[in-house]
Amino acid sequence: MSRDYILHRIRTALGRGAGQPVADPPPARIRVPQVSMEARVASMVERVRALAAEAVESDDPRGFVASAIAGKTAVASNAPFLAECGIAGLPGVRTGITDREELRELCATADVGITSADYALADTGTLVMLASPREARLISLLPPAHIAVVPRERILTGLDELFSLLPNPAELTSSMVLITGPSRTADIEQILVRGVHGPGILSVVVV
Amino acid sequence: MSTEFDRKSHNTLVDANLQLAIYTATARLKEKRIEVVSSEALPDYQELRTQANAIKKHTIDNLDHYLEEFERNVAAHGGKVVYCKDGTEVSDFVLQLAKERAAHLIVKSKSMTTEEVDLNERLAHHGLESVETDLGEYILQLANERPYHIVAPALHMTRYQVADIFERCLNVPRETVIEKQTALARSVLREKFLAADIGISGANFLVADSGAVVIIENEGNARLTTTAPKIHIAVAGIEKVIPRAQDLATFLKLLARSATGQLLSVYTSFLSGPRRASEIDGPDEFYVVLLDNGRTRLLPDKAKRQSLYCIRCGACLNTCPVYRKIGGHSFPWVYSGPIGAILTPQFMGLQHEPSLPFASSLCGACGEVCPVKIDIPRILLELRSDTRKADARENRNRLEKLAFRAFAWLMTHPRLFEMAGRIGRSLGWPAGTKGPLGAWLSERDLPPLPAHSFREMWRRR
Repeated sequence: MSRDYILHRIRTALGRGAGQPVADPPPARIRVPQVSMEARVASMVERVRALAAEAVESDDPRGFVASAIAGKTAVASNAPFLAECGIAGLPGVRTGITDREELRELCATADVGITSADYALADTGTLVMLASPREARLISLLPPAHIAVVPRERILTGLDELFSLLPNPAELTSSMVLITGPSRTADIEQILVRGVHGPGILSVVVV
Repeated sequence: MSTEFDRKSHNTLVDANLQLAIYTATARLKEKRIEVVSSEALPDYQELRTQANAIKKHTIDNLDHYLEEFERNVAAHGGKVVYCKDGTEVSDFVLQLAKERAAHLIVKSKSMTTEEVDLNERLAHHGLESVETDLGEYILQLANERPYHIVAPALHMTRYQVADIFERCLNVPRETVIEKQTALARSVLREKFLAADIGISGANFLVADSGAVVIIENEGNARLTTTAPKIHIAVAGIEKVIPRAQDLATFLKLLARSATGQLLSVYTSFLSGPRRASEIDGPDEFYVVLLDNGRTRLLPDKAKRQSLYCIRCGACLNTCPVYRKIGGHSFPWVYSGPIGAILTPQFMGLQHEPSLPFASSLCGACGEVCPVKIDIPRILLELRSDTRKADARENRNRLEKLAFRAFAWLMTHPRLFEMAGRIGRSLGWPAGTKGPLGAWLSERDLPPLPAHSFREMWRRR
């Protein structure tokens, strides 16, 4: 359609020729600080709590999740770590779903979505979720509550470390989502309300 | 001077409730921003701004190169880029696709770019329902209004107005508790998400080396829009492209802090193409609409080209003494505040609202808070100069020009000047001036003339 017209207008305005090479962009600004694992865990927990979400460090993630979902319905992702922790086998938890429609039905009615996370960012309290056969997108999105069970060695210092590890996330996945706290809005009179479209309740379990 | 702009500004100034709403909302956003960009909270804030500016400058100066790289990488991941000159081309594309896929319902997440071209209205005109899903935007769509603020679209509304709108449009009992209003919107919109055939989003960034669109939000509606329907269309201005995913380490630190005072917004989605074969969910089709709509008009001017660096954080609105008095709806187009005052005349042409670049005190606050260091005050001055040059070319404001020439003549004739001063003082000028000069003075402050002129005092010393 208008591709050639627009590109031509741009080139004319900038005084550039088609396919003319460009100088290198300014170097990307990536600064990865040295932070001990203890400090990362502490920062992660503190930041998540500051976002009005729950954060715990636990040696017994199975026990934590079991009591959190008691009497409720839950969908768990196919992350091997959830199976390792014994969470996938808890009563009331549906897991192992690979069909999109089935997953959608389940997530639309489940009380809780349980996932792991590919990474977490300590300085902002962020979960990093890469779509894959192990992690579906809707589990952390449709149910009103989201529990993320994260191995501590997955906690990075922050965005700079994430993008130094994954300089091009598109090579791995069609969807990388950073989750920083529960879904929120302040669109009416600047009053903060949680859970407007995504989960209003977020729990992060650091193992 | 435009009567429409004057009238709307005046109506806002005399509305006490509206003044309070604008003042409190912008003050909150402004204070939260200051907290998180302070030197204690973010020591390298100024370096990040410099870096963001350098990246934007490099990208805009080589825009064709990065758009083509972006396009190649979107295609490599199974998506498709569609270039559109204007709103007609965008709606034609969406309508055609909807027809081919027998789609009836569209869910939309917030996008200023689609506001520019009135996409919802265009689609509705052809019988295609397109539902806004950001809470503020949803309320505005029901009320048939446009956004009041780039970041807080329904900033001007009270819970009681929202209650009226919901009662009228959704056929529900009147509800004035904000939590319940939000829950109501959630349940209505959840149905739409699950039934929709197409999701249309905006984009905060287009990443050339990854072929990815980056969408930033707090509610989760953009995630739902881009995940639940089988087709995702992202609509973005051509200026949104950045070279590398690694540049996000710079921009993400600046955007949420400048916009809402958060360290990061709740959801940052980095989406490249439709779902891959092994992935469980996500859309089957992925399109990126690259919209010009006046942007290429800005490129020839090297000084003003930087207007395209804007990442739509809204910080300049919150800090602007003019925006904070006259509000968002006084501005003639979708973009308001200082950034609106420089984008509107450049996208739409100077004649669209000639007084816009003049509606500023040039205090410089907008340039100071801009995370990508756009020199907004300087561009306002350039636009003022352009406006005056156009006036001269088209022989407008002849009377004003004549008056200034007469004044210059008077000032170079000391005796006459003194005599004129004496007459002016005896008449109590400038108070009570009528006619064209009175109208001219109605928007300007002249101090009252002193009892004695400098010359008189000098003679008497």
